[in-house]
Amino acid sequence: MGVAGVRGALRDTAVLTGRNLVHIAREPLRLSDVTIQPVLFTLLFIYVLGAGIVLPDGTYKDYAIAGLLAMNLVTSAIGTAVGLSDDLGSGVIDRFRTLPMWKPAVLVGRSLTDLLTATLCGAIVVATGLVVGWRPQSDAGSVIAGFAVFLLFSYALSWGCACIGLFTGDAESSQGMGLVILFPLAIVSDALVPTQHMPAVVRAIADWNPVSAVTTASRKLLGNADPATTVHAWPLQHPAAAALIWSLALLAVFAPLAARLYRRKTSD
Amino acid sequence: MATETVIEARGLRKRFGETVALDGLDLEAAAGTVLGVLGPNGAGKTTAVRILTTLSSPDEGEARVAGHDVVREPAAVKRQIGVAAQDATVDGVLTGRQNLVMIGRLCGLPRSAARERAADLLGQFELLDAGDRVVKTYSGGMRRRLDLAAALINRPPVLFLDEPTTGLDPVSRARMWDVIRSLVADGITLLLTTQYLDEADELADRIVVIDHGRAIADGTAAQLKAEIGGGRLEVTLSEPHGEAAAALAPFVSGPVAVSADRRHLRAPVAHTGGLATTVVRALDAAQIIVEDVQVRPPSLDDVFFALTGSAAPAGADGRPALAEAA
Repeated sequence: MGVAGVRGALRDTAVLTGRNLVHIAREPLRLSDVTIQPVLFTLLFIYVLGAGIVLPDGTYKDYAIAGLLAMNLVTSAIGTAVGLSDDLGSGVIDRFRTLPMWKPAVLVGRSLTDLLTATLCGAIVVATGLVVGWRPQSDAGSVIAGFAVFLLFSYALSWGCACIGLFTGDAESSQGMGLVILFPLAIVSDALVPTQHMPAVVRAIADWNPVSAVTTASRKLLGNADPATTVHAWPLQHPAAAALIWSLALLAVFAPLAARLYRRKTSD
Repeated sequence: MATETVIEARGLRKRFGETVALDGLDLEAAAGTVLGVLGPNGAGKTTAVRILTTLSSPDEGEARVAGHDVVREPAAVKRQIGVAAQDATVDGVLTGRQNLVMIGRLCGLPRSAARERAADLLGQFELLDAGDRVVKTYSGGMRRRLDLAAALINRPPVLFLDEPTTGLDPVSRARMWDVIRSLVADGITLLLTTQYLDEADELADRIVVIDHGRAIADGTAAQLKAEIGGGRLEVTLSEPHGEAAAALAPFVSGPVAVSADRRHLRAPVAHTGGLATTVVRALDAAQIIVEDVQVRPPSLDDVFFALTGSAAPAGADGRPALAEAA
C-alpha cells in the first residue's frame, strides 16, 4: 500500500467512524450502556454491595473504582457486536462493498467508534467516583497510564466482540451471546472483590483472568488499595506486563479472525 | 468504439446449496447501450448483477466489466461502476445528503467535492427538500432515487440497476423512467433488470430474456417480437363459455390464455390474414357469442409466453408483469 493507499485507508476509516458517531448522536439511548449504566453500577456497587464487603486496608470505594471501570468497559464492548450485526443486517454493507474503498475500514471504523464510547464510559465512571469521594493517589502521568491500560484492553476486547457480531449476524443474538461471555469475564476476577476468599477453582480462574491483570495494573497506577499483592499468581505479581500481553494477544487473535469472518460473511 | 463490449459474461454458473441460480448465463452489452435483463422472480437476475458488480463470485464462467475481470480485478471494476440494488442500500439513520457525502468520500472525492456532488445530485433527483431529512422517513420512490443518486456519485461509465421500479407506484415509476432515460442520453452503459415487459421495451436497446438462470432469448424488442412471428389473437366473449378455448385451438399457434373472468381469451397466431372473420364464424358455429375479436402484433408479454410456455400474470396495478412484485 503506497502513500495514497494509506491516506485513502485513513480517510475511509475516518468517514465510517464519523458515520457511526452520527448514528450515536441520532439514537443516544442506544448508548445508555456507556452513559447511564456506569453511574448506576458505580452507585449500586459502592453503596449496596460494597456496604457488605470489608477490606483489610482502605475503603471499598477506593478499591472498587478500578474494578467498576473494568466491569463497565467489558460489558459495554457488546456495543461493537450489536453495531456490526446491525450493519450486516442492513443493505448498507453491500453498498460499501461496491465502492472502491479500503475494505477493513468497516471493521476498523467500528472499533475506533467503540474506543471513543469506551473513553466516554470510563470518564463517566471516574466522574461518578470523584463525586462519591474516590481519589487517585498518584501523579497525573500514572493516572493517565491507569486509564490507558483499560482503553487498550477495551479496544482489544472490542475485536473479540466484533467476532461475536459477525458470527451471530443479528443484534439480539449478539447482545445475548455477548452478555453470556462478558458478564462472567467481568465478575470472575478481582474487579469487584478480592480473589483470596473465592473457592480454589474459581480463584485460579479469577487470578488468571485478563480482567484481573488489567484491573490490578490500573489499581496500582491509580495508587489505590491493592489486596492482590499477596496473590502469588504470575499475572497479579506482574499486572502491567500481563495486561499488556493479554491485550496484544487478544488483538492478535481476534483482529485477523474478525477480518476473516467479515470476508466470509460478505462473500457468496 | 461503438462496438466496444463493456459488459460481458460467459457461461456464468452459480448455485446456492441445492438451488441453481445461474445455469450458464451469457450477457453482453456494448458501450453506451442499455441491456435489459428480463425475467420472473427467481430467474437469476439479482445473482447475475451481484456477480457483475463483484459482490458475489461465480462457481463457473467469467465476466468482464469495463475491460476488467470481476473476479481477478474487483478493485478496478469497482472504480468503473455504479450500482443501485433492489433493496435500497443507503443508511436509514443518516440524512440523504449525509449518505451521498459519505459515499462520495468513500469513492475518493475530497470533502468539498463530495458536498458539491451531493447537492447537485439531490437537485437532479428532486430530493433537495428532503435532503436533510433522515432517510428512514423517505417514501419508497424517494429511497430508490437516493440509491440511484448514490450509484452515480463517482460518475461511473457503467451502471447496474436491479429492478429499479419494482414496488413503486405508477407516478414514481414514470419519474424513474425519465431519470434513467436522461442518464442513457448522457452516454452511460446500463444494465437494467426488470420483471416488467413494458419497462424493458421502453428503456432497453437489447433485451435478454432469462429463465431458470439461463438466457432463453436475446435481441431487440422488435427482433424478439418478429421471432414469435404472426401476432396475437384477442377474443372478448359476451359471457364465459367453456368450449371457447377449444374452439379457438385450430386457429392458433400456441396455448390459449383465459382471463380470470373467463371472458377474455388470448393466444399467439402464425398467420393473421382474414383470421378475425374465420374466428368469428367458427365461434358463431359453436354458439359462442362474441363481443370483440382483435388481431394484434405480438407484445413482449407474448414473447415470454411463447418462450417459456408459462403465462405472464398481470401485475397488481394491471400492468403486465411476469410475477408479482416481491
